[in-house]
Amino acid sequence: MYPIVKKEKLADKIFLMDVKAPRVAASCLPGQFVIVKIDEVGERIPLTICDYDREAGTITIVFQTVGASSERMSYLEVGDSFMDFVGPLGQPSELCEEENLEETKKKNIVFIAGGVGTAPVYPQVKWLKEHGVDATVIMGSRTKDLLFYVEEMRAVAGQLCVTTDDGTYGFHGMGTNQLQALVDEGQHFDHCVAIGPMIMMKFVCKLTKELGIPTVVSMNPIMVDGTGMCGACRLVVGDQVKFACVDGPEFDGHLVDFDQAMSRQQQYKTEEGRAMLALQEGDTHHGGCGHCGGDK
Amino acid sequence: MGDVLVKVPVSEQDPKVRATNFEEVCLGYNKEEAMEEATRCLNCKNAQCIKGCPVSIQIPDFIAAIKEGNIEEAYNVISNSSALPAVCGRVCPQESQCEGKCIRGIKGEAVSIGKLERFTADWARENGIKPQGCAEKNGHKVAVVGSGPAGLTCAGDLAKLGYDVTIFEALHEAGGVLVYGIPEFRLPKSKVVAAEVENVKSLGVKIETNVIIGRSVTIDELMEKEGFEAVFIGSGAGLPRFMGIPGEQAKGVFSANEFLTRNNLMKAFKEGYDTPIARGKKVIVVGGGNVAMDAARTALRLGAEVHVVYRRSEAELPARVEEVHHAKEEGVIFDLLQNPTEILVDENGCVKGVKIIKMELGEPDESGRRSPIEIPGSEYEIEADTVIMSLGTSPNPLISSTTKGLDVNRRGCIITEDDGATSKLAVYAGGDAVTGAATVILAMGAGKAAAKGIHEYFQNK
Repeated sequence: MYPIVKKEKLADKIFLMDVKAPRVAASCLPGQFVIVKIDEVGERIPLTICDYDREAGTITIVFQTVGASSERMSYLEVGDSFMDFVGPLGQPSELCEEENLEETKKKNIVFIAGGVGTAPVYPQVKWLKEHGVDATVIMGSRTKDLLFYVEEMRAVAGQLCVTTDDGTYGFHGMGTNQLQALVDEGQHFDHCVAIGPMIMMKFVCKLTKELGIPTVVSMNPIMVDGTGMCGACRLVVGDQVKFACVDGPEFDGHLVDFDQAMSRQQQYKTEEGRAMLALQEGDTHHGGCGHCGGDK
Repeated sequence: MGDVLVKVPVSEQDPKVRATNFEEVCLGYNKEEAMEEATRCLNCKNAQCIKGCPVSIQIPDFIAAIKEGNIEEAYNVISNSSALPAVCGRVCPQESQCEGKCIRGIKGEAVSIGKLERFTADWARENGIKPQGCAEKNGHKVAVVGSGPAGLTCAGDLAKLGYDVTIFEALHEAGGVLVYGIPEFRLPKSKVVAAEVENVKSLGVKIETNVIIGRSVTIDELMEKEGFEAVFIGSGAGLPRFMGIPGEQAKGVFSANEFLTRNNLMKAFKEGYDTPIARGKKVIVVGGGNVAMDAARTALRLGAEVHVVYRRSEAELPARVEEVHHAKEEGVIFDLLQNPTEILVDENGCVKGVKIIKMELGEPDESGRRSPIEIPGSEYEIEADTVIMSLGTSPNPLISSTTKGLDVNRRGCIITEDDGATSKLAVYAGGDAVTGAATVILAMGAGKAAAKGIHEYFQNK
C-alpha cells in the first residue's frame, strides 16, 4: 500500500497528492511517469511525476478529474492509500540529464504548459534552475480559477508568462499567442517543451514548426500496463509506430501525428462517460437515456 | 471399465452455455475417473513420457500413486519437479510432450497425463496439502525478475535448496502471463493461479509487486546495493507486433495482449470493475496461435461474432488442437488461408471492416511450414468493428539496455547457455525473454534449469 501524506485542491477539479513510494522516489527523474491504481476494482491510471522527495520517499502527482476513476481518486484523503503505485516509467526528459547539461546551458528554452500540464513542467524548470539554467515558462489555462503553481513557477523560471483564454488573469489569449508575442518582441528560442492537452500541443507544434523551434512534447495516450506489453499507447511519430510507455512519453512534436493520437484517445470515451455518470448519479440514475441499456 | 484404448472422458461445460460465461471449460476428473484412467498407464521401465516433460516429472510414479488412491503421494511426486502443477495440468501442450511420447498412444489414445496432473493438484489444494519443505536456509540472496512461469519455477526450486529468494513483479499482481494473458475459462485466477503462487510463497519466497526492473531499480543496483548475489531474469515476451498495414491505428484495433490484459488482469468482463473493454459486434482475430484462440474465445464470451483469420491452413495452426477444437465448438469461425491487407476505417476513425486476400500454400520455409502465397485478385471485404492482432511479440529492451554487460542477440533476446547463464556473471535468464514467445511449460523448464545453474554457481564459487 502507498499512503497519501499530503492532499491539496489546486484549482477546480485539480488535485495534488504526495504519495509515499520509496522505490519510485529513489530512482525517478523529470519527464517520467507512474501508474496508480486505487483499489482492487480500479483502473491503472498513468500520471506524470510532478515532483519527488528522495529523502522523504514521496512522489507528487497532480490530476484533474475527467473520468470515473480520477473522480474516485479525488475522494481519497490523507491517510488513505493507493493499492498500487508503480514507476518510474518511460524515458527521462533529455533536457534534464546531467550529461547534456553543457549543451542545455547554451540554449534559450521555452516551456509551454497548458492546464494540468503545468505540473510536469514544474520539476523540469526547477531542475534547470538548480543546474544554473534560466528558462522561459508560458503557462496557461482557460480561466483564472484553473491556474495553479503560479508562485512556485515564478520562483524557478527565468521569465514567467501566465495566460488565460478569457483574459481573467495575465495575458489574454493562448500559449501560442503569447509565444508569438515574445518572438515578435525580438526574443529568440532554440528549444521548446510543450506539455498539456493534445490539442494544445498540436497547435504549439504547428507554430514552432513555422518559427523553426525544435519542440518536445509529452504524450499522454491511453495505457494499460505502461511497461511495453499491451501496445495501447502506440503513436505514429514520423513514419514509425512508437509506444509512448517505453519509447516516450517525450517525442519530437514536429513528427507526432496529433490528429490520430487525439482520435485514439477517444477510444473509450463513451464507456468512460457512462461510468462517470453512474458514479455521479449513484442510485438516482434513471436509465432513461436509451443509450446505456439501463446499466448506467 | 471402459475401453482400455481410449481415455476416460472428462466432463466439460456445454459449448452453448460456456460461450456466454467465463467459468472454466473443462471440469476435470473426479477421484474415481482419475483412478480408472491411471490403470491405463503401462508403468514403462524406460518411461518416454518423462523425456517429453520439460521439467521431468516422474510421471509413472505419480500415476501409480493415483492408481492406489494415494493422491497425496502423487502430489508429492509431482511437486518435487513442478511448482505449478494445477497450471500445467490445464495449459501444457501435453499432446506434443508427455502424452505425445506415451507408449499407450501408439495403439489407441495416450494416457491422459495432463488431466491426471490437474486432478492431483486440485485435490491437494482442496485438501490443504502444501509442497514439501525446504533445505535449511543457506543465507544467499537471489533476485528473480518477473513472477510468470519461469520466475515462479526458478524461485520455488531455489527456495527448496535453501536460498533467500525475492521475486520482483512489474504489474500489481503476481503470475505474469498466467494472470494477464490466459483467460479465466482456461485457467481460473483466484482458485488456481493465486493458490499456486501462495504455494511458492509458502516455501519462503518473497514477492514484491509494482517494481519494474530497469526503472524502479536496475539489476546492477540489486547486486551492488541490495545484497543480491545472483539474479534470474524471467521478464517475459515483450512488445506486441503489428502487421504494418494501412488502418492499423484506427480505433477498434488492439493487440491481443491489450485485449486480454483488460479482460484478465483488469477483469473488465466483471461487473463493478472500472477498466473498459471493447465489446465488439463482429471481431476479426488475426493469427493462429494459442493467444489468438484465447482472444477469440474471450471476444465471443463478450458477445461478438468472431472470425479467426489465419494465413496458413488448419494443419499449420500453431495453437493446441484442444484450443482450436474448443473454439470451434463454441462458435468461433475460422477463415483459413486468408490474410488482411488493409483495415477499413470510417469517418470517425473507427474500424468498419477488413480487406482480406486469400492465400495458397507453397514450398516449406525455414520454419518447416509451407509458406503462404497470396492469390492475385482474390481480395474481398468483410465488415467488422474490432480487429485483434495476435502476431507474437518482440523483446522489451528495458532490462538489456539498463544492465551492464548483458548480451542480446540480433532479435533482442537475451543470450544464455543451457543452464541459463548469461554473458554477465551471476545473472541467469530464461523463458520468453530468451526464446521469444513460447509456452508456459518451456518457460518453467528454463526456470528449472536456471535454478540448477545458479545452485551450481554458488557451489563452485
